[in-house]
Amino acid sequence: MVVLTGPSGCGKTTLCRCFNGLIPNFYGGELLGDLVVHDLSVKEHPTSELSQHVGFVFQNPENQLFALSVEKDIAFGLENLAIPRDEMRRRVDWAMDMVGIRSLKDQAPYELSGGQQQRVAIACVLAMQPDLMVLDEPTSFLDPVAAKNLFEVISKLNKELGLTTILVEHRLDLLSTYSTRIIVMDKGKIVSDGAPRDVLASNDVEALGIGLPKVTRLYRMFSEQGLTFDRPIISVDELVQEIRRRAAK
Amino acid sequence: MIEVKDVYYSYPSGIEALSGVTVTICDREFVAIMGENGAGKSTLVKHFNGILKPSKGQVTVDGVATTKESVAQLSRNVGLVFQNPDHQLFSETVEEEVAFGLRNFGYRDKEIDERTTRVLDLLDLAKYRKASPFILSGGERKRVALASVLAWDPKVVVLDEPTVGQDYRQKERLRQFVLKLNEEDRSVVMVTHDVEFVADCSPRVIVMSHGRIVGDGDADDILTDEALLTKASVLPPQVTQLLWQLSDLGLPRNVLDLNKAKKLLDNVMGVRTGG
Repeated sequence: MVVLTGPSGCGKTTLCRCFNGLIPNFYGGELLGDLVVHDLSVKEHPTSELSQHVGFVFQNPENQLFALSVEKDIAFGLENLAIPRDEMRRRVDWAMDMVGIRSLKDQAPYELSGGQQQRVAIACVLAMQPDLMVLDEPTSFLDPVAAKNLFEVISKLNKELGLTTILVEHRLDLLSTYSTRIIVMDKGKIVSDGAPRDVLASNDVEALGIGLPKVTRLYRMFSEQGLTFDRPIISVDELVQEIRRRAAK
Repeated sequence: MIEVKDVYYSYPSGIEALSGVTVTICDREFVAIMGENGAGKSTLVKHFNGILKPSKGQVTVDGVATTKESVAQLSRNVGLVFQNPDHQLFSETVEEEVAFGLRNFGYRDKEIDERTTRVLDLLDLAKYRKASPFILSGGERKRVALASVLAWDPKVVVLDEPTVGQDYRQKERLRQFVLKLNEEDRSVVMVTHDVEFVADCSPRVIVMSHGRIVGDGDADDILTDEALLTKASVLPPQVTQLLWQLSDLGLPRNVLDLNKAKKLLDNVMGVRTGG
């Protein structure tokens, strides 16, 4: 479960568009170097083929929703893969339940709020059961509880089904405890890559203006005063434990 | 001043998005509207410049009902920046996008140019002046949408989810900028899910749920009201969560501010500060 982050305009979305071959197949331009997804070179295989392995949730959910009902939109990808009807029904229901939108199934996506549309777009991709799912700021329109629930669902799919996910996100406060790896980009390059704890603790990352969770900032303030910790703090629970340990002394 | 009196609104599909909302936004106020997805936040602010008119009840801007004026008239005073910049952007260059509103309001070329330059500098967009908004990143397009509204300097600026796609630095710039607007006697209303941003700005906070207003008060009180936040699917800021979990150590439950929390924690942990 990889988080891709970095300043606005640093190339996160551009990199994601390479994963299912939208670059170079759709956007054109000049692509140097090799990019291999699921043993397929993105330069040699069309997006239609790559899409069977890589699910993509766009930054703007409106760019991928078009059907007249939520249910039909979710079924669309499956219809194109000629999935049998019973299986299709099962997967559509499963995907709607995963993101909690079953009550919206007969509504038109264009009538829904931004947050609801975002969850429909995610269900569309989940139903395809890809090997790899790329989500470009999937929680930008979600309320915090819905965002947390979504990260929990993704984390569960990651652990139980082994679904690899790449999330573009600025909100590290909610994500740092779920993700297994954070990649930081700046000016079109990867500048940091590692376990969330190590990446969030590095000074380079703070210099880039990455939004550190407030508890990590508190940890840094304490560290600067000379307090030593066994490991960098990235969650509220960890800091609670640490403070209790010291307060008890 | 914007006065919303017992407003109901149903979309053509029959879904009732506002179910009896009464609220007043005074001049020079800084307000954040929060609440779960589908609570009616965006629907409410779309009433402020008359894009939507109440199904029942009344909205007045400076004493005039929004049903009596066109959106064009209302938007001179109330500038709305949409949640989704793609609903708003259409010009071939960033510069034209920003100039469009100004031209419609009848500004002269020289003034259009000056205002465009000023606002693009302010939002770190000067380098994209001649670029198409559609080649920009999501976060950058969001700032172009903001620039295009700020250019004509409306008295009330309404921002729907302004922090989406913005990195930490841009958010800090936005915060400074919004506070400055507010100091310059502009009212600022922002719809947002970004609880950390609201905690940093510390405005008046209105909480909505299921088409109604369920909470209204200072950020310190609202963002630390556990029952209210749960009802509206808002998570408390991290600092508040931390202190809640440590309340048995005598720590207060109504703190949002990082530096304030740090001082309180210093005492608990026996850290000496200030040399």
